[in-house]
Amino acid sequence: MEESQIKVPVIPELTKEDFVSDQMVKWCPGCGDHAILSSMEKVFPKLGIRKEDFVVVSGIGCSSRFPYYMNTYGIHGIHGRAAAIASGVKIANPELSVWMITGDGDCLAIGGNHFIHIVRRNLDINIVLFNNKIYGLTKGQFSPTTSKGTKTKTSPLGTIEIPFNPGELVIGAQGTFFARVTDSNPKMMVDVLFEAARHNGTSVVEILQNCVIFSNKVHALITSKETKENNQLHLKHGEPMLFGKQKDKGIILRGTNLEVVKLGENGITEKDILIHNKFNHDTGVHNMLARMAPPEFPAALGVIRAVEQETYGQALMDIIDIAKNTSTLKSVDDLLNSGNIWEI
Amino acid sequence: MTHKKNHVVELDDVVVRFAGDSGDGMQLTGSLFSDSVAFAGNDFATFPDYPSEIRAPQGTIAGVSGFQVHFGHNNIHTSGDLADVLVAMNPASLKASLKWAEKDATLIVDSDAFIEKGIIKAGYDTNPLEDNSLVGYNLIKAPISRLTKEAVKDLGIELKAALRCKNMFALGIVLYLFNRKLDSTNAFFEEKFKSNPLIVESNKRVLKAGFIFAENVEAINPTYKVQPAKLKKGTYRNITGNRATAWGFLAASERSGRELFLGSYPITPASEILQELTKHKQFSVKAFQAEDEIAGICSSLGASFTGSLAVTSTSGPGLSLKSEAIGLAVMTELPIVIVDVQRGGPSTGMPTKSEQSDLFQALFGRNGECPTIVLAAISSSDCFYSAYEASKLALEHMTPVILLTDGALANGSEVFKIPKVADLPEINPPIVEPNDPDFKPYRRDEKKLSRYWAIPGTEGLRHRIGGLEKENITGNVSNDPLNHQLMVKLRDDKVKKVANYIPEQKIIGNDSGELLIVSWGGTYGVMLTAVERLQEKGKNISLAHFKYINPLPKNTKEVFSKFKRIIVCELNNGQFVSYLKMNFPEFKYEQYNKIQGLPFMVSEIKEKFSSLLNE
Ligand SMILES: Cc1ncc(C[n+]2csc(CCOP(=O)(O)OP(=O)(O)O)c2C)c(N)n1
Ligand code: SF4
Ligand SMILES: [Mg+2]
Repeated sequence: MEESQIKVPVIPELTKEDFVSDQMVKWCPGCGDHAILSSMEKVFPKLGIRKEDFVVVSGIGCSSRFPYYMNTYGIHGIHGRAAAIASGVKIANPELSVWMITGDGDCLAIGGNHFIHIVRRNLDINIVLFNNKIYGLTKGQFSPTTSKGTKTKTSPLGTIEIPFNPGELVIGAQGTFFARVTDSNPKMMVDVLFEAARHNGTSVVEILQNCVIFSNKVHALITSKETKENNQLHLKHGEPMLFGKQKDKGIILRGTNLEVVKLGENGITEKDILIHNKFNHDTGVHNMLARMAPPEFPAALGVIRAVEQETYGQALMDIIDIAKNTSTLKSVDDLLNSGNIWEI
Repeated sequence: MTHKKNHVVELDDVVVRFAGDSGDGMQLTGSLFSDSVAFAGNDFATFPDYPSEIRAPQGTIAGVSGFQVHFGHNNIHTSGDLADVLVAMNPASLKASLKWAEKDATLIVDSDAFIEKGIIKAGYDTNPLEDNSLVGYNLIKAPISRLTKEAVKDLGIELKAALRCKNMFALGIVLYLFNRKLDSTNAFFEEKFKSNPLIVESNKRVLKAGFIFAENVEAINPTYKVQPAKLKKGTYRNITGNRATAWGFLAASERSGRELFLGSYPITPASEILQELTKHKQFSVKAFQAEDEIAGICSSLGASFTGSLAVTSTSGPGLSLKSEAIGLAVMTELPIVIVDVQRGGPSTGMPTKSEQSDLFQALFGRNGECPTIVLAAISSSDCFYSAYEASKLALEHMTPVILLTDGALANGSEVFKIPKVADLPEINPPIVEPNDPDFKPYRRDEKKLSRYWAIPGTEGLRHRIGGLEKENITGNVSNDPLNHQLMVKLRDDKVKKVANYIPEQKIIGNDSGELLIVSWGGTYGVMLTAVERLQEKGKNISLAHFKYINPLPKNTKEVFSKFKRIIVCELNNGQFVSYLKMNFPEFKYEQYNKIQGLPFMVSEIKEKFSSLLNE
């Protein structure tokens, strides 16, 4: 990414139109994916990266149709394997800006293994996880993020499984960047995606996405007009974690747990409220923030974690440099003629 | 010391097998012996035979580790059938290996190890050195452990460290037996143990002690001499199949100007390819140890899209996991080489044993109409050329290539005449120039039917590909019925047209006659040796050994049409023969199969063919 930033001066001014593909967008009307596409088209031109240097990689699912709708280099892969394909793209050419588009099923069920490993390696790839808590493309089976008890096509009596929380999974896999946004807040989506792109290392942005057909209003508690003020905490680095219409509610740390408090009640003042530190290497508070959910807590939105750590790409380039500087083998002919050889 | 013996017998070729406990260093002993054989100018081939357990219980049959060296003065194509000389470091190795020795073989045993405990552990009722069960063999009982301790006793090293040298005592005996010098082995000690002069000294002493012991033992008479081989002028080295495979890819990468990317997950017997390529970062090789085989191939496919020479290496179970992604490679028409080092299957099967039973999987193991090129390497050193050619075909025809090798080729080694990279055929991938106004993702080269490679980062070529059916030329997603049929045909024809770019099938022997032996892949050395020996005896027999499996060489049908009988030999239950029946149903095929996790032996197939000729 640094490379690309150095190139900024020679890059012509890009606009949203540069990234709109000529393909018909085939998501259902009202699907949250449309808004995500629109935000991405706004973010890409702003990054100072040549339009030929973007590669968008996906797996399979409604969300994974995404690459067809962006005018970049792109691969629509196979179910669950986007992380592995994207890894190969990035390792082969570290100068590319690689984006992985994936659904909750694609990423966390069939692709769960690849997902934790890409995060652990901290490859400089931007992962956009469309979480609609359902299998959209296959028409409505539960996914690894479906809330317990939800009735779906494959859980007519309600699911009996405990769902994954993507944020906890990322942090557990030693992730360096995790953010959460909703498909109904384009401004926040653009800001967060932009920050994710700038992060050195694997960035995971979970987008709470609405599937109007199979899990309509699944995030309503967080996103609906009536409840969102009380159920969304917009995190800003260095600022107190306040929320509510009057910004009169906040999060404090009591003992080892988070707690919702009201300013003015029980002597609580703004000074008692937790200040968000996204750079904190310690995972404790980040993990608790990722876990917060209504009705008890507001859902944490924005960048929860963004820590600096060596990327896979940097480490790889370093050892390649060492090998180049120290090896006596300059060509494959040298190699073939190395060690025990004899003449006849 | 008196040189009481001077009777030297000349031999054409010899098989020596070193067998001992896993901890006895038999692999090293064997490879040091092959080095000395190489320096003496012989042709040779080796095969290690080790247990699948890392440290099986000491002294048991399960823990026996073997290394066989076949050397001679002309055309050594196999690691040999049965051993003429067997070194057995303990009762278990004698018990496990005797069936791999000739009935009149020279047996060199460490008599000190034949104590009651070891004999019982090996499953013998009585001491085989004393109970006359070895009558007919030339038994050399050497007190190896005792004399090893003796040789180093004044060096002040620990008993355990001293005994670790006892394999060198055995090696000393064998070197004497074949009138070899100790120089190359001593040079190895000096290099390998540079930092520890005491170890160098103790190994040298023990080696020499073994040599002198042999000189003085009445039973070692005569000694043997094998004349240097009549190899072509050139520079040579010893190479295993897995290393040759890895190096073939390095050469293809250099020659094509495409950076090499390997995505792989460790699995016996393929791991050495990954291990070898991780060593060559000086050539910018990206050898990525993925989290599983699926990620291995998918990362590789991502690298292929990005413009690398993309490879993934595995064995049978891993190939199963890669099936879906091979389908994606077929659909996206990206170049990738999938190496399958076959082992005994199905399932986990016999991981350390060799077989040719993944042919069907390579040809057919995917959903949909999903053809790929399939090649099969024919010897350890041919793995180099096969990997090179697989890369060339993948890159130039924009298609996945499955390269089949096997455990025997992979771990076996043979003499390799070192080529110059510049002498290898050119590799010209169809890379699209920036801003090419004619570029369409699925426009094709007219002759090859391959599409063109538009590499991310290139101006003016942004495009999307994926696993959904593609519209011809534009590459847009399409469910059109006629388009689908057309695309299926195009993908199939693209692979079929590769027949125009591979050599015709060669025949060893007359190109018409009584009996045609058909074989493929790793059995080449054995087949060639057996057929040539029968031809020398005037038998009407020819060999067609296949390396190009899909597509088959263009003249295959013509080759088959000129023989009265065709017998297809393979280390499986009849997969290639079924494939041939499917392609050329007009011929009658007989088959000869072995499915024991073991290679064919020259003797058994010679016998089989002789009896067929006498029918
Ligand atoms: C190997 C394989 N198994 C199953 C499927 C069927 N399949 C396609 S998409 C999908 C789930 C998609 O759910 P998600 O990833 O959440 O994406 P969404 O459609 O909700 O965006 C499944 C099970 C497939 N395409 N491939
Ligand atoms: S099924 Fe759901 S996720 Fe898929 S396109 Fe329709 S609304 Fe979107
Ligand atoms: Mg989903």
